[in-house]
Amino acid sequence: MAGTTFKMQPLEQFVLHPVPGPLGTVNFTQANLVMVLGGGLVMALLYFGMRPRATVPGRLQALAEMLYEFVHNMAIDQIGPEGRRFFPFIFTLFVFVLMGNLLGLIPFMFTYTSHIAVTGALALFVILLATFVGLRQHGMHFFTYFAPQGAPLALMPLIIMIEVVSYLSRPVSLSMRLFANMMAGHMILAVFASFAVVLGSLGLVGFVGALVPFGINIPLIGFELLVAVLQAYVFAILTCIYLHDAVHLH
Amino acid sequence: MSGNGGQRDPSFEDRLRTARQRAGQEGQGQKAPPQGADGGAAGLGFGLRAGMELVAAEVVAGAIGYGLDHLLHTLPLFLVIFILLGGAAGVMNVWRLMTPTVPGRKGGRAE
Repeated sequence: MAGTTFKMQPLEQFVLHPVPGPLGTVNFTQANLVMVLGGGLVMALLYFGMRPRATVPGRLQALAEMLYEFVHNMAIDQIGPEGRRFFPFIFTLFVFVLMGNLLGLIPFMFTYTSHIAVTGALALFVILLATFVGLRQHGMHFFTYFAPQGAPLALMPLIIMIEVVSYLSRPVSLSMRLFANMMAGHMILAVFASFAVVLGSLGLVGFVGALVPFGINIPLIGFELLVAVLQAYVFAILTCIYLHDAVHLH
Repeated sequence: MSGNGGQRDPSFEDRLRTARQRAGQEGQGQKAPPQGADGGAAGLGFGLRAGMELVAAEVVAGAIGYGLDHLLHTLPLFLVIFILLGGAAGVMNVWRLMTPTVPGRKGGRAE
């Protein structure tokens, strides 16, 4: 029976394999390949989209312009006028995460944002940048960030400790949110898809039953599309908020 | 969108409206999908975020406490202290998340 040979392994999709060819010898995995592809796609969109430089934009140009303006407005709204300086960084970050999330939804693609190594590195970079910006802008005054004004002096030791822990928890929550969302979504998809395969191998009754998990997967894909965009947005907007805190101290 | 942003030719608006009516796009499908999708997604994202903040603070605090204990050979002491601090920090993260003044403007939180 075919069903006995099929093993349900919803986590198998996250295993990294070196790509075939000469690059595989330097541990260039499929995750790196999709990263390069995502970066290339974005650059192609911006290059070919903006090449006509039309006053009334075509579809591709409108997409490129809307993407640009969306992130630009987000940076200015959240950080203030200083946000202009961080716009290239936030745009790169947003587009990289968005591409990872969206490309992962295409069959046979890999979701590199479902690895905590990737999201953790991004979040660590964001926090280090925010801390660096805060230190550079305010010097030692930056550390008053951990001591809110108006708090009773007797509570200060406690509040400062809590604030430091809260600040240090930011990269963890930032990276974990994106990673957990992407991984959970793809796991649910894989679980329902394996249900469909297993049931489908049980003859006619099983085939009818297999339509149920298969049917569930269809709205799930739509939901995943929503999560993919939403999580990229959340990642970018939290980066903006952290940079805002670093620039303005509260 | 920067070139001729401000004033639109009224005849253009008229033509756009008639074109949309002809294509059957006017009026329908404008309200329902954004609200339904937006409300559900925002609510879900918000809830997940709040839970994640609690866990993240606790995890970080636990790691700090355990690390300090490991260095100073005082095993339960700092772990206990920092677990409690982590709970407080998590609640504060959620508090900050819920306070509507957080994402942006001046003033902020220390009232």
